Amino acid sequence: MATLTPPPHDRGPAAAPQPPAGPPPRPDAGAGLPGDGRKQFGRRTFLSYLGAMGLGAAAASRIDLVPYRAVDAGHAVKAGAKHQWCMILDLRYCDGCKACTAACQQAHYLPKDQEWIKVYKLQSAAGQTYHLPRPCMMCEDPPCQAVCPVGATFRTDEGLVLIDQNVCIGCRTCMAACPYEARYFNGSKPPPAPRQPFKQNAEWPVPQIEGTVGKCVWCAARLPHGMLPACVAGCPMGVIYIGDLTTDVAVNGQGKLIRIAKFLRENGAVRLKEELGTHPRVYYIPGYGQDLNASSAISG
Amino acid sequence: MTQEPRAGYWLLVGILTAVVALGLFAWIIQLRDGKVVGGYTKDSFWGVYIANFITIIGVSYGGAVVSAILRLTGAGWRAPLTRIAEATAVVTVFVGALCIIPSVGQPARMLEFFYRPNLSSPLIWDSLAILTYGFATLVFFYLPLIPDLVEARKTMGAKAGRLRRLLWEKLSWGWQGGKAQRHLLHRSVGLLAIMIIPLAVSVHSVLAWAFAVSSTRPWWSESLWAPYFVVAALYSGVALVILSVAMLRRMFHLEPFITERHFVRLSYILATLGALYLYLTVADFLPGAYHGQPATLAVFRALLVGSYAPWFWLVVVMGLALPLLIVAMPRTRHTGWIVFAAACINVTFWIKRVLMVVVPATYNTITGTLAPYHFTWVSVSITLGAMAAIPLLLLILFRFVPILSVTEIEEVEEKAGAVAGGGEAVGKSITAAAQAPVPAKAS
Repeated sequence: MATLTPPPHDRGPAAAPQPPAGPPPRPDAGAGLPGDGRKQFGRRTFLSYLGAMGLGAAAASRIDLVPYRAVDAGHAVKAGAKHQWCMILDLRYCDGCKACTAACQQAHYLPKDQEWIKVYKLQSAAGQTYHLPRPCMMCEDPPCQAVCPVGATFRTDEGLVLIDQNVCIGCRTCMAACPYEARYFNGSKPPPAPRQPFKQNAEWPVPQIEGTVGKCVWCAARLPHGMLPACVAGCPMGVIYIGDLTTDVAVNGQGKLIRIAKFLRENGAVRLKEELGTHPRVYYIPGYGQDLNASSAISG
Repeated sequence: MTQEPRAGYWLLVGILTAVVALGLFAWIIQLRDGKVVGGYTKDSFWGVYIANFITIIGVSYGGAVVSAILRLTGAGWRAPLTRIAEATAVVTVFVGALCIIPSVGQPARMLEFFYRPNLSSPLIWDSLAILTYGFATLVFFYLPLIPDLVEARKTMGAKAGRLRRLLWEKLSWGWQGGKAQRHLLHRSVGLLAIMIIPLAVSVHSVLAWAFAVSSTRPWWSESLWAPYFVVAALYSGVALVILSVAMLRRMFHLEPFITERHFVRLSYILATLGALYLYLTVADFLPGAYHGQPATLAVFRALLVGSYAPWFWLVVVMGLALPLLIVAMPRTRHTGWIVFAAACINVTFWIKRVLMVVVPATYNTITGTLAPYHFTWVSVSITLGAMAAIPLLLLILFRFVPILSVTEIEEVEEKAGAVAGGGEAVGKSITAAAQAPVPAKAS
């Protein structure tokens, strides 16, 4: 069940200054009746508060997402970190071709059953079919990290959740904890990979180590060098953007540059399973106004 | 009191050894070829090995708590059973803890639990609880054993052989049986009997909480699960005590000491726990099935009416309803039937644990669908090997230590004012002691 809901704590600057909001005074409210003023005033104040809250909530849920920089990234950004990576998936352009999955599997020499970016084909309540590519969400509060008994999963200063496969004992508790099914276990020998420029490490886990858990790393080894992750480069539709919250700029495989805050605000971005409080670093642009809460699977 | 076993002993030991060897062989194959040969697929991150782990650690609880509770309540009839119950607890917690090894992808790295633990992980607390409890069961088994070792050394004499005599001498720590020593021993055993109950409760609670790591995975985060685990462990544990007692009684000629009355009394405990578990099962399912949240409903539907329903209802009928009936009806309240009921419980409660692990694990939290789960010959062999290791270790253990706590039986008899005599007399006086409300422990 895909649950895409907007971040409840996100209040846009547009939403914040909302004091005048509230229902206009009803013409038949009898506000002028003597002796009735105090009671009317009280109820009206109450109503206008309700209205303000309602509008605020509506604004936050429908339109506005901006201050993830103030709220979310605020607690997550480590002083001195050069980048704060984020990903934006524009579902309006995703046709489910799975080129991202193929590019990723090719880059990381993965077996076919490990889809680090997996494209789910989902159906909304209204019967619309849409595709939902799911990379690692790089949660700011990652459940997988908390449950790892030996601390093999860690979070970098730049907001990437990575696995040290030289430490992982392969207990798979993280797979139980991940609400996004983003983790994969190497149950057999990974396919042979040619010699890599550097040793297998958490940022470039190639080849995978048998008996450990692996997952999408946003091609962490490429990012500092200005190279795009394999899925971003491999998407022919320009769906996937990789961005840096510190500069507020993101780019897709077509070379299209966007201002993150503006783009998210204007396109009604949401995050997957917002209600869990994992604070994902992946934003989705739903596009068709589908009620993502009530989506069901068509195929895995 | 270490008796020579009957003829069938070596045959049974041989068969069990072969099954354990098969399990070890399967594990080596799995080490070579990877977890896929053990039934791992991308759709099911946990499976039968976790179920084995819970099942076997769980049954350990029965032995420890039966012995502890009967000691604390001063049930005199316990005397010929406590040794077997405590040994069952030790053996099962040992085998159960080992059962986690085939589940882990990199078993060689498991020492990291000790030198780089992440304290926010439930697994660290899980392993800590199991190690503490395992050590406690070992001490709980060992302490009451000390006087019997001296006794056995005296009575068996040279017949015991050099190895056993040396072992008994070393392990008895210069026990003289003086008043001060006996007092100290009573105090320690009494204290341990109290301590082991919260320890066992903690083990099975933490085990249940290790499943509550995800808020999105249905069923695993039910708040009922910790007590549910505890009761399941007790219930299946008492059933295993009944099976162990039956097996060892036959193998070591204990019929004069352990009579049908013992089985009937154990079956009463069994029935009480069975009724409690039945109630908890209803409490576990009814609210979720009623409110029908999509994730919970998907799992419950599969269990109650879907693809897993035959297995689930088998557990309810064979593991709960049938044993309750057997104990309830005077016609079937006999040793043979009670042992049959205990066997049914142990088998079906393993199935229950498989269901509890596999069904939520195969649930995909994005698509809301369940994936199939398959057994392989490797996972079945490892499971059988682990199960066979329990009776095998018990049979071997009681070649080395006295199977009946002679000293305790004598004490109970003294308290009951009976004169210690032959086997028949012991049996009778024990039952007499059970009827008299005399506390067996001085502490």
